[in-house]
Amino acid sequence: MEKMARVTTALGGNTLTGRTMYCHLDAPANAISVCRDAAQVVVAGRNIFKIYAIEEEQFVEKLNLRVGRKPSLNFSCADVVWHQMDENLLATAATNGVVVTWNLGKPSRNKQDQLFTEHKRTVNKVCFHPTEAYMLLSGSQDGYMKCFDLRKKDSVSTFSGQSESVRDVQFSIRDYFTFAATFENGNVQLWDIRRPDRYERMFTAHNGPVFCCDWHPEDRGWLATGGRDKMVKVWDMNTNRAKEIYCVQSIASVARVKWRPECKHHLATCSMMVDHNIYVWDVRRPYIPSAMFEEHRDVTTGIVWRHLHDPYFLLSGSKDSTLYQHIFKDASQPIERANPEGLCYGLFGDLAFAAKESLVTADSNRKPYPGDRRHPIFFKRKLDPTEQFESVSSSALSVFETEPDSSSMGWFVDTARRYALAGRSLAELCDHNAKVAKELSRNQVAQTWTMLRIIYCSPGTMPSANLNHSIGKGSASLPLMNSFNLKDMASGMGSEARLDWSKGENRSENILLDSSATLITNDENEETEGSDVPADYLLGDVEGDEDELYLMDHENAHTEEPEYVLPQEAFPLRHEIVDNPSGPDHLQDKADSPHVSGNEAETVSLTPVESFSLISISHTLYESRLPPDFFSALVRDMLRFYAEQGDVQMAVSVLIVLGERIRKEIDEQTQEHWYTSYIDLLQRFRLWNISNQVIKLSTCRAITCLNQASTTLHVNCSNCKRPMSNKGWICDRCRQCASTCAVCHHVVKGLFVWCQGCSHGGHLQHILKWLESSTQCPAGCGHLCEYT
Amino acid sequence: MNRSSSSSTPATASADYLLCTNCRKVLRKEKRIRVSQPSTRGPSAFIPEKEVVQANTVDERTNLLVEEYSTSGRLDNITQVMSLHAQYLESFLRSQFYMLRMDGPLPLPYRHYIAIMAAARHQCSYLINMHVDEFLKTGGIAEWLNGLEYVPQRLKNLNEINKLLAHRPWLITKDHIQKLVKTGENNWSLPELVHAVVLLAHYHALASFVFGSGINPERDPDTSNGFRLISVNNFCVCDLANDNNIENASLSSNFGIVDSLSELEALMERMKRLQEEREDEEASQEEMTTRFEKEQKESLFVVSRAFDDDIVSTSDVSRYIEDPGFGYKDFARRGEDHLPTFRAQDYTWENHGFSLVNRLYSDIGHLLDEKFRMVYNLTYNTMATHEDVDTTMLRRALFNYVHCMFGIRYDDYDYGEVNQLLERSLKVYIKTVTCYPERTTKRMYDSYWRQFKHSEKVHVNLLLMEARMQAELLYALRAITRHLT
Repeated sequence: MEKMARVTTALGGNTLTGRTMYCHLDAPANAISVCRDAAQVVVAGRNIFKIYAIEEEQFVEKLNLRVGRKPSLNFSCADVVWHQMDENLLATAATNGVVVTWNLGKPSRNKQDQLFTEHKRTVNKVCFHPTEAYMLLSGSQDGYMKCFDLRKKDSVSTFSGQSESVRDVQFSIRDYFTFAATFENGNVQLWDIRRPDRYERMFTAHNGPVFCCDWHPEDRGWLATGGRDKMVKVWDMNTNRAKEIYCVQSIASVARVKWRPECKHHLATCSMMVDHNIYVWDVRRPYIPSAMFEEHRDVTTGIVWRHLHDPYFLLSGSKDSTLYQHIFKDASQPIERANPEGLCYGLFGDLAFAAKESLVTADSNRKPYPGDRRHPIFFKRKLDPTEQFESVSSSALSVFETEPDSSSMGWFVDTARRYALAGRSLAELCDHNAKVAKELSRNQVAQTWTMLRIIYCSPGTMPSANLNHSIGKGSASLPLMNSFNLKDMASGMGSEARLDWSKGENRSENILLDSSATLITNDENEETEGSDVPADYLLGDVEGDEDELYLMDHENAHTEEPEYVLPQEAFPLRHEIVDNPSGPDHLQDKADSPHVSGNEAETVSLTPVESFSLISISHTLYESRLPPDFFSALVRDMLRFYAEQGDVQMAVSVLIVLGERIRKEIDEQTQEHWYTSYIDLLQRFRLWNISNQVIKLSTCRAITCLNQASTTLHVNCSNCKRPMSNKGWICDRCRQCASTCAVCHHVVKGLFVWCQGCSHGGHLQHILKWLESSTQCPAGCGHLCEYT
Repeated sequence: MNRSSSSSTPATASADYLLCTNCRKVLRKEKRIRVSQPSTRGPSAFIPEKEVVQANTVDERTNLLVEEYSTSGRLDNITQVMSLHAQYLESFLRSQFYMLRMDGPLPLPYRHYIAIMAAARHQCSYLINMHVDEFLKTGGIAEWLNGLEYVPQRLKNLNEINKLLAHRPWLITKDHIQKLVKTGENNWSLPELVHAVVLLAHYHALASFVFGSGINPERDPDTSNGFRLISVNNFCVCDLANDNNIENASLSSNFGIVDSLSELEALMERMKRLQEEREDEEASQEEMTTRFEKEQKESLFVVSRAFDDDIVSTSDVSRYIEDPGFGYKDFARRGEDHLPTFRAQDYTWENHGFSLVNRLYSDIGHLLDEKFRMVYNLTYNTMATHEDVDTTMLRRALFNYVHCMFGIRYDDYDYGEVNQLLERSLKVYIKTVTCYPERTTKRMYDSYWRQFKHSEKVHVNLLLMEARMQAELLYALRAITRHLT
């Protein structure tokens, strides 16, 4: 007692000093609590119960309260609390359900004072009244809370939560009679200490157990709760209904929550499992902790602010058997490491992107075009003096606009709708699809289909006229195809990466406007090579159409300039195309070659050589009648090319149409990947039927099984309009057969056809028959039903 | 589906069945090749059919069964027996459905194979048959069914943890976990491992239920799919029914002819007394520890009969396991290793287990949580013929006794209660069902609580099953937690 007094006076001043420090305990701690004078801390656990003095440089063990040779379970503490009025008084909650009080003023070694054995199960929490010296509250696993008067031997009142275990009890700091209790079932109850018969108020705070709660030290109506559902919630209790005013999402279940002194919006949390750190949150900024203490190696079990009015010292005990003093200035601040960025699409495809200014400017040394809409808008954020996050100084906001038509995916939808994928011969399918593609001005795709037909339908049977025909068509439409390459493709793909690509292209065109004709030619040859169009007639065409190409190019230059207004700053995805390692090497070359040639004019000279080799291939094709297998490598590359380009539609369609002919060439995983991407796209456009058809036609096991998932069909009763839960034809509620046939009055268990006008219906056959002879509804409601 | 390829035995009619010695004897006598169904009909060998089918007027229950039938296309015997407790059945089915069929880290065939491995630890051919079937349906490779040598090393690695979990979960350490998740060719990711552990624990516990309730083999209702469940895997069906065909009139005298009515009265009396006395008598610390240890020790002698050890080799389920001789060893006898008792308060399902399992295998935590809570709180406030009885004590005693046998101790529980509430024959039954389920007999089932209804005994089985599952999960999850920290 004497010793203690001395320590107290030594640190009597209001200013605390110290450093981040720790000491080893002999055993894992379950809870800690500080003395009012902030100079001593008590640590309690299953095998430890000690008092440490907090000195300038270290913790010093002052007292071991576990005495006796074979300590009883009464020492096995789940919780400990130090009285804030009387520095000699401590209370512990034992795992065996006993509540013990300790009087440090006792002269003997054993400081145990009183023993309350009223709870039947583990006591989870004890709490002293903030101002009343003799009032102690406990909450136990058995669902009861008990209030003890330390002057008596027994509890003065018992509160029954009428539910599962009590996890935490806390006296309100300002409201003399009120306390809050949290429960395993997610409820929080407010009690008046004078009324043990029933709670004043109850609300559900969390999904799953509420492990902890804490009253705000200043704002009397605020209660913070933390639960297993990883949330910390702040409730305003001043109103009639408890209102959730803040919610912080942590990454693990929240074991303790403590308001930070002197900081209205800050609270500290630690977690029950997995995560060992202590976080200090600003509740107004729930996504990133404002400070973080990372010292512990196992879960933190107890946290407490060292002094009631000092926000910079935090003490913590942990399962790793250490006791720490954390100093706020040593905390790590995740906010410093974070790069706040925002990205959002507007209703019409506009894209806004905001990032720290320093990041944006550091990233690009290129200046935005002067006087352009692309100019990033810079703005300074006004600093809020109360705001702690000073690091956010300024940010840059860029807005990218797109022209309304350019991002239209109409071609995709049309193609998906009109393509034929099965049910006819290969030649017919190819022809059909080629036709579809051509009508949508996707000539390269059309050519590809035609080529597939030529390759896979034996050449002997093919009428030569047809061949000529397609050649003729091809030549006529080539310039258009060029425009497709530059415009439609790029816009159609829609991803930033692609926009980037065409952007680069455009710029080089701007610079080399004069030589653009040759450039385009070059481009085109590369493209055609990729799509396996024999080169002999192609080359001729290009030459013949040179005039048109000039024209085209001018058009391109005009139409495209405003279309791709993305400035350089916004391209985190820049490398996606060029650096994509998944494609095989030679394919990569082909895919890249347009870029290369686009940027370096020298490559033009290469083209004739390559086309020459192509000519020789096409010669062998027609002369020696190679087996279709010969081309499978080429077709495979073609498919990959399309997929790389983002036109997964083409890849999948060809895959389905060719079926066995090509399937073995492409590994299962790639196929699956294509299928899922295509199906995803189809579903985004709500092309359910087509996506289903694709699923059905696919041969990947993983894909076909998609059709078998969630095959439940929910129906509502036609009488009471409620959902029918288990049986398809008898309603649970109105106990009637819901879907009776209006003609034969029997229950329809199979196909049910009904009129959308009057909602009467029945067996398909019966209704059909009925409507042959009558136009009115068979139910006699007078509606003129129709079956088409 | 090529069912035939799974059986490697030459195709003579009689060799299609591997019979245990016992059955063979019977067969020789009867000169019949085909093993017929056990003489009892209905879903359980222990419970008369009419008991199970009885209250079919209960609306909720019927609906539940219809729903189950429409989702799974069958109504297996387990479901039928469990449907005596419709509330529970719902959460049971939901969690089982989730772990077998919904999104999860493991591929579907793996899940069923793991179920097979787990059931094989207890030679539960009922569950094995069921999941062999499912395994093939979900596209499993038929060759795997030839035994552990044919499965990928990765799956084989699970064997050790399966063995420990089934019989001595307290031996699982973080080293086992580390070995499995260590980066390498055959490593398990943590979510996969957690999924596997949940499956293993579920099926070990379910095996307890199957044997404990004497679930009969399925009579395949639709023979349209061309094979009969029972014949598929060459398992003899006899071990399912154990000795339920034996006339045991003479044996029952072993237990003494206590008037069973007075037995019940006595139990009620004891419960009442305990409830009242509770506050008066305060046992010392030492006393409490001794009581726990005494309970453990006593459980040593509970299974008194010496079993023939060759039970293990009777069926060829052993191809799914290694080290078939490894069995439950009493925790109290854990020997020189001196493993400390598992303090329930230091690692509880609610605080710790749930968070971990839910983190690694999302949503299963909620389902299991609901199931545990459901079984723990399930009560109809009846005891045999009496109504309005608070059975909390009895339920808690059952639950904690199971945990006690696995070395899990609750600080706030007085193990003296177990002694007061659970009579010896019941203890025999509990110990057998949780530790050696394959040895459960109808006699054991019949010999305890003779006044109680069958549905109440099924309730006991549910408690035992869930308590066991939780115990296994706690040990496994604690090891994983230790591995993580």
